[in-house]
Amino acid sequence: MTDALLSVRDLVVEFPKRKTRLTALDQVSFDIRPGEILGMVGESGAGKSLTGAAIIGLLEPPGHIASGEIWLGDQRIDQLPYEQLRRLRGKRIAMIFQDPLTSLNPILTIADQLVETIQTHLPLNDKAARARAIQLLDEVGIPAAEKRIDDYPHQFSGGMRQRVVIALALAGEPELIIADEPTTALDVSVQAQIIDVLKRMCHEHGTAVMLVTHDMGVIAEACDRVAVMYAGRIAEIGDVRQIVKHPQHPYTQGLMGSIPSITQQVDRLVQIPGSMPRLDAIPSGCAFNPRCNQRLPRCTQDRPDLITTDQGHVACWLYEGATP
Amino acid sequence: MSLSVRQEYPDMKQPLLQVQNLSCHFDVSKPWLNRVIESEPQRFLTAVDQVSFSVNQGETFALVGESGSGKSTIAKLIVDLIHPSSGEIRFDGKILRETRGEAFKTLRRRIQMIFQDPFASLNPRWRVGDIIAEPIHAFGLATSQAQVTRTVEELLDKVGLAGRDRHKYPHEFSGGQRQRIAIARALSAQPDFLVCDEPTSALDVSVQAQILNLMRDLQDEFGLTYLFISHDLSVVKHMADRIGVLYLGSMVEDAPSEQLFSQPAHPYTRMLLDAIPDHEMSGRRRKPVTGEIPSPINPPSGCTFHPRCEYADTLCKEQRPAVVTHNDSQVACWAVEQARIPVKGLQSV
Repeated sequence: MTDALLSVRDLVVEFPKRKTRLTALDQVSFDIRPGEILGMVGESGAGKSLTGAAIIGLLEPPGHIASGEIWLGDQRIDQLPYEQLRRLRGKRIAMIFQDPLTSLNPILTIADQLVETIQTHLPLNDKAARARAIQLLDEVGIPAAEKRIDDYPHQFSGGMRQRVVIALALAGEPELIIADEPTTALDVSVQAQIIDVLKRMCHEHGTAVMLVTHDMGVIAEACDRVAVMYAGRIAEIGDVRQIVKHPQHPYTQGLMGSIPSITQQVDRLVQIPGSMPRLDAIPSGCAFNPRCNQRLPRCTQDRPDLITTDQGHVACWLYEGATP
Repeated sequence: MSLSVRQEYPDMKQPLLQVQNLSCHFDVSKPWLNRVIESEPQRFLTAVDQVSFSVNQGETFALVGESGSGKSTIAKLIVDLIHPSSGEIRFDGKILRETRGEAFKTLRRRIQMIFQDPFASLNPRWRVGDIIAEPIHAFGLATSQAQVTRTVEELLDKVGLAGRDRHKYPHEFSGGQRQRIAIARALSAQPDFLVCDEPTSALDVSVQAQILNLMRDLQDEFGLTYLFISHDLSVVKHMADRIGVLYLGSMVEDAPSEQLFSQPAHPYTRMLLDAIPDHEMSGRRRKPVTGEIPSPINPPSGCTFHPRCEYADTLCKEQRPAVVTHNDSQVACWAVEQARIPVKGLQSV
């Protein structure tokens, strides 16, 4: 394999129904390099969170990986037995969830939760683990960490709780963190602080991050590369600056145009007509074709794979024949 | 009843809604017996503290602020869902709390509300047609069932849905479509004034764009006045003519939209502007944001923003700043008043 830390190849996730199967993720492929922050952006139901869940092995049955491979370094992790997968979680891959209140145990102190996590993954005694916990809290920017470590989650504000969750995720010194909408439940002013902490911590620890969000602002602030998802497929993937400044896929162009700008005043926002198709009614050909304003005749018949252009990879027939 | 364009008011700049010194306290004391045993006093949470503003006919006034700043409480006060502790709300010159009977019903009809979560604001057991027809029945706006049906279909068409959708239930619609239904329901009472409490924050950006465009079209068509509540400053910039910035229940700055973004005066407004993510990667210069909004049960003394403010001095810690009018804007800040912080294009008076 290449120098990628995480390598996802042709991942297909299916949900069997009584007579049919719903394909929630369809041939998703991407890499994350060590220390890199990859953003996953898209509307609700595009399959962003599902990709994260598939990687860490938390797909809810009856959803399952139907085909494809997931490699973490040299280890293939999509077929691991439960026990090995359990050891992997928290140690090599950690996860940060959207709502910091539900991802912390309300009846245990922060110290209990951090020390338990640290001791599960690292051979430290109680005293050393506690010292490590205080150090982690300090690093994520919790003031007076030594005093606050014995508080319960409800005694922290939303932003502080999300810092604790980040500390918990870092406790096992993972190589990859999957952050699923880590700032969605927070205010803008707190969101900016949390993004800063996440970026700084990953930089210092050399941790790679897969940042799942629907907020283009968060992506532009935090990520190195972005994958834009639409109806279970990657529509476009590339360098964040390219995607923000020169989006190629008509869907990305619409998505970027629909965000109100604070630097310029427009009378009407760009709007993409319609809404994302349901999983049981994905149109043939390119899934975006009914909403696309640059549709070609073949878009309704053939499904485009990722085409390499000089600005990244885009799944759109408009770019066929572009010199890579 | 038909959905014609409502008569324009002779003077468009007349305030339709005037809010004066509005305050709202909530009792958050422990139960009486506990208070007696533990000899604790009653405790109050000041959700809204001496807020004044006015909204002109045909204008969009936005309230912004972090969670806990009292935005939604003000919305509920205006539509009379909760009652103010003091202060008054005048709608079209009449004090809302003092009108009774038919007059109150008419005033109340003219103010409608759109809620944040379209999954919670529509009754899942009612058909969409019945949901939209309810205000028509409640206010007696139609004489026959045929007229009700026609109005409902017209409204559905106006918000971008099909007339036959009135037979469906809310669960058959996506989030954006449900918000369209909520808008149609609000419009069915033929209001002049819509209170929109975070109408797009539960929606995806592309759907948000559709709803914002729709709201603007409807405003032009029906001459509506909006009170638009949001925490998203880029949405607010797109929608609002005037913006009020709330912090811990008090209005810290109230200025025309253009001016607020180009010449923010209050340090909190500046901080909020710095916190907007730069999604265009324009390389806008920003200062890192610090701190969080404190608890409203035990707010800081003096100016409530002083613990997070880099310009705070002893005066700020001790005394609450008064609201001072500069040009077209109102700012409550000692540092601005004493010209300790430069504000572009603003001479202190």
